[in-house]
Amino acid sequence: MQGAEILLQPGVFPRLLQGLWVTVWIAGVSVGVSIPVGLVVGWLMTLKNPVVRALMRIYLDFIRIMPQLALLFLAYYGFARWFDWNLDATGACVLVFILWGGAELGDLVRGALQSIPKVQYESSYVLGLSPWQTFSRVILPQAVRRLLPASVNLATRIVKTTSLAVLLGVVEVIKVGQQIIDANRFQYPSGTLWIYGVIFFMYFIVCWPLSIVARQLEKRWSHD
Amino acid sequence: MVFDWSFVARYAPFFVNGTLMTLFISVFGILLAIVVGLVCAGIEIARVPVLRQIVRIYIELSRNTPLLVQLYFLYFGLPKLGVVWSAETCAIVGLGFLGGSYMAEAMRGGLEAVPKVQRENAYVLGLTPMQSITHVVMPQAISTAIPGIVANVIFLFKESSVVSAIALADVMYMAKDLIGMYYSTYESLFMLVVAYLVILLPISVLGTWLEGRFDYARR
Repeated sequence: MQGAEILLQPGVFPRLLQGLWVTVWIAGVSVGVSIPVGLVVGWLMTLKNPVVRALMRIYLDFIRIMPQLALLFLAYYGFARWFDWNLDATGACVLVFILWGGAELGDLVRGALQSIPKVQYESSYVLGLSPWQTFSRVILPQAVRRLLPASVNLATRIVKTTSLAVLLGVVEVIKVGQQIIDANRFQYPSGTLWIYGVIFFMYFIVCWPLSIVARQLEKRWSHD
Repeated sequence: MVFDWSFVARYAPFFVNGTLMTLFISVFGILLAIVVGLVCAGIEIARVPVLRQIVRIYIELSRNTPLLVQLYFLYFGLPKLGVVWSAETCAIVGLGFLGGSYMAEAMRGGLEAVPKVQRENAYVLGLTPMQSITHVVMPQAISTAIPGIVANVIFLFKESSVVSAIALADVMYMAKDLIGMYYSTYESLFMLVVAYLVILLPISVLGTWLEGRFDYARR
């Protein structure tokens, strides 16, 4: 197992952690913005208006059927030419993840909203609640229980997909790893194995707790 | 904005080749994933000691790490241990490694959804263990598991776009190449989108049909 010393070189681990922070930051911002976007998209999907409905359907289906990498290419290379909108690589990633997260979350929100019986709305109306009160005090608390486990799962998917950012040139954990490998190519030829191994476990350590939380929430709330 | 149709006509064969590469990697990767999934689900259902724990660890590792890192590890890391695989092999093994855990979870979910009383009834009715599996348990398990399996197949086709990162000439790679060489952003991205629609729309339709076909309860 020679070559593992590369991990003990001064600066290697801190730099990888800095890269991981970029990964987590992109994922965190994307998830954070996806939540309000998803709520709005989900609400739009429940509307009866055929135009809104069709637009939302096309939006969701297009996002679902395109690989995330293709969406990233569309945003990074396409937007620059179509709208003269020169996003940097990080911006393109965040934008795509928000559009993707918003669509997926929107569909979850739609499902959750539609699963709430109509009588809940009617009762709230009879009790004199305003539409906003009905939504925030009656509907949302019930919808959240159905939403939260799936949303946490979506967050892990977004963290994992953040790895594609390296292919647009974002300096995140994989890119930092490649830089370390290239800088030490002669001193530690087998560094590749160790660095990629460590990155593999870094992703695991970020995503695994989220998966466990999702599973626990599912278990706890599936009974009622 | 000028859309150059002659460019599309000239380079469409590139994309056809890329599409074939995407199909090749995905189909074999998915077949491997199904085999891995079956074995893992079998081990979990049969509660084989030791192997069961290994399967559990494998599933957690594979589900919580990105395919790109798995591929980099296989393609750049493993040769340092003396394991040198071609890019195609790495891509197929990578997809199989990633997809195996998703398939295993879908299949296990299907098998576990069949109540125990079904097997007991089959036994009481005098069916042999083999008959009980093929005529009672499997049909029910399949109809529960199929939607999940179909979703995983589509997911794996999409994930296969990542193999362009280890220099496999799939559709993704072609698009990037043509943008880089000719600055033909519209045309390349257009062909990229068309290629994925051509691959994934039929699969999506086929999946919906399969779900209906195996939905014995509602048929």
